[in-house]
Amino acid sequence: MPVVTPGWYMTLAAVLFVLGMTGVLIRRNALVMFMCVELMLNAVNLTFVAAGRAAGVLDGQVAVFFVLVVAAAEVVVGLAIIVAIFRRRETASVDELAALRG
Amino acid sequence: MVELVIFVLMGAGTLAGGVTVVLARNPVRSALGLLGALVSLAVIYVVNLAHLVAAVQVVVYAGAVLTLFLFVIMFIGVDRAEDTSETIPLQRKLVAGLATVVALGAAVLVSRGRFTWTPASGEAAEIPNGTVQALGGELFTTWVLGVEVTALLLTIAAVGAIALAFHRRSAESPTED
Repeated sequence: MPVVTPGWYMTLAAVLFVLGMTGVLIRRNALVMFMCVELMLNAVNLTFVAAGRAAGVLDGQVAVFFVLVVAAAEVVVGLAIIVAIFRRRETASVDELAALRG
Repeated sequence: MVELVIFVLMGAGTLAGGVTVVLARNPVRSALGLLGALVSLAVIYVVNLAHLVAAVQVVVYAGAVLTLFLFVIMFIGVDRAEDTSETIPLQRKLVAGLATVVALGAAVLVSRGRFTWTPASGEAAEIPNGTVQALGGELFTTWVLGVEVTALLLTIAAVGAIALAFHRRSAESPTED
């Protein structure tokens, strides 16, 4: 029976991060892009927990807390911006936001 | 044994949720996929003895953040279908190539076991028990400055969100009289 090492969690986190990165790059809905950013942040959180476990210290879990707070603040401000843009332009697609194009 | 089963089940749940987020046409399905991924990750945290982190993950992420996402999705309207055609040439291929490179790099690193931060000796380090007491003690002694700064950050975020939400364009409100 194989033993689950921190490397396994690292692999899972790497795959999750790549998934989120792919989503940010191929989706055009600003909301879905935001969710993909959350996926990437969660992948990093998993890395922190697994690394802290491997090193035998609590610091990894402390780092997860700060990432969580920053993610929450980012979501609050980002969604407010999306709503503000939607009110003005009636769209949430990042392709249609080309107001600065000359 | 237990950890292996949980890792396989919850890892599959996490990845399935992630794939749903990326591929679902309907943003609500994306949000629910994100919920699945977040809850699966919380179970993985519990296995890693990160109890408080798991609880906060469920409360803050699966509770607050996801509710906010669903609220905004409903607010903006879910019925408009996203145009999934690609406007930037070659972007899909570049993304596929980049994802492959990153995934392969991670796989090589993990399979060779070259993580310099892992204990060199064969014996595994004792798993830190992330109880409320242990983590709280760490947060409010060593990291107390960070806690204060995050409090400031959260206040700024809340004020900023309210300012954005109640902002009125001056052009929309013509002058009185």
